[in-house]
Amino acid sequence: MNLLKLLDTMCPDTKTPEERDTFFSRRDAFRQFGDLSKKMAMAAVPLGILTAMPKVAKADTASLIGVLNFALTLEHLEYRYYQTGLDANVITAADRVIFQKIRDHELAHVKFLQEVITNVLKGTAVAEPVFDFTAGGAFSPFTDYPTFLALSQAFEDTGVRAYKGQAANVKESDVVLTAALSIHSVEARHASMVRRLRTKKGLDTVKGWITNDSRGTLPAPTQGIYTGEENVSHGGVNVVSLTGIDAGAVSEAWDEPLTDTQVLGIASLFLA
Amino acid sequence: MYYLKPIKMKNELIKPAGLVKNANRRQFLKRGTLSVATAGLLLVGCNDDEMMPMDGGVSLGSGDFGILNYAYALEQLEAAFYAAVLGGGYFANANAEEKTIMGDLEKHERAHREFFKAALGNMAIGELDVDFSAIDFNSRDSVLNAAKTFEDLGVAAYNGAGQFIESSDYLLIAGKIVSVEARHAAAIRDLINPGSADFAGDDLIDANGLERTLTFSQVLTAASTYVTTPIDFSQLPS
Repeated sequence: MNLLKLLDTMCPDTKTPEERDTFFSRRDAFRQFGDLSKKMAMAAVPLGILTAMPKVAKADTASLIGVLNFALTLEHLEYRYYQTGLDANVITAADRVIFQKIRDHELAHVKFLQEVITNVLKGTAVAEPVFDFTAGGAFSPFTDYPTFLALSQAFEDTGVRAYKGQAANVKESDVVLTAALSIHSVEARHASMVRRLRTKKGLDTVKGWITNDSRGTLPAPTQGIYTGEENVSHGGVNVVSLTGIDAGAVSEAWDEPLTDTQVLGIASLFLA
Repeated sequence: MYYLKPIKMKNELIKPAGLVKNANRRQFLKRGTLSVATAGLLLVGCNDDEMMPMDGGVSLGSGDFGILNYAYALEQLEAAFYAAVLGGGYFANANAEEKTIMGDLEKHERAHREFFKAALGNMAIGELDVDFSAIDFNSRDSVLNAAKTFEDLGVAAYNGAGQFIESSDYLLIAGKIVSVEARHAAAIRDLINPGSADFAGDDLIDANGLERTLTFSQVLTAASTYVTTPIDFSQLPS
């Protein structure tokens, strides 16, 4: 699928002056969605109670839908990747429990986002794209376990940076922001575990956290996932100068955002 | 003002603190320094409904600065913990991987702590007193379980606080840190039960794949086991 087409489906332009005028306090308006996690907890989706949509500008909801469809695209990618890997039996027996858990989470994320987009925001959830995890024949993740692990790390580290990059864009809805943060930390746990697993197996020397902009032994096309991670200045404060702690360690202590365009650029390698 | 634990006062008119909210108190303290407040309120009409003066406590403040101080408080706790770990018997005898991990965590949390201190400037709370007597720093199990508690708590704290942050810049900074705390937490859990699904356990993550969030009150209550300085968080957003 064409990258531009994918972006178009996610970001419909509905901003009219009238629509901008009709809305009042964003935070208050979105607060009426209530606590999504409580509504959807325990049993999986769907939502038990669907809150009525308050009077909010279409543009704001459209923009939230766009962000969540972006997230949903990534979750589709991850779920399909892990399910395919489990089905292909490329994962060693001892490690299956790890990837079953990760797969379960990604599937749950897909369903959750579909529900929020469709039934809470009254939007249209993006369809699952057709993926090509070989990236046009460059990789064999479903027959070579080290490759499977390498791409898994790539996807998880990308996911962390992707969600982080969108936090400010969903800030106007407390409920959506909290849900995004709650998914974001789970992806970070996944990333940490897969990185450590690769090192345990002698495939790399990475830690659970990212050091400088290093992709370790991951293939060159994945460098975009790690570029920028070497940043040691936050809010105008150079933390190396401030603390005397080495740049590598300081770089590890903060993860960096990526924009949706950057993320989709990476993801598009794996679109059929 | 919300107190997390009883404060022992010399003045017998003052009963042990409970969770009491008093708007007058807040207004008074906004204008006064801590020492003025302590002296002033001990003398001025302390009845059963009045607030307890803070004896050596800190007030996080309000708005985004309050939340940054909240984060600073937690990073102080974590940094102090890992500093203690590095001085203990577990670390001294740990294998290379665990020495690296503990060393990294100490640096990361210290970096976070110093960052918030610098970012807050004269809005920063003071140094918190900690009590780690419940932790045996010579025991791998004790250290790892404490580390797991702190890291999981940190993630839930940041995730719970996000919605209250007004500034997109501060939200991003919090976002950049929380994912690292989650990486830490996963690593610790993997050390405790290697190769299992505990790194992202069902004890924390629900059926929608969402990790738990905790409120300011829940987090500070949990932290109060280890932080002996009273923390006033009554002005944090809600």
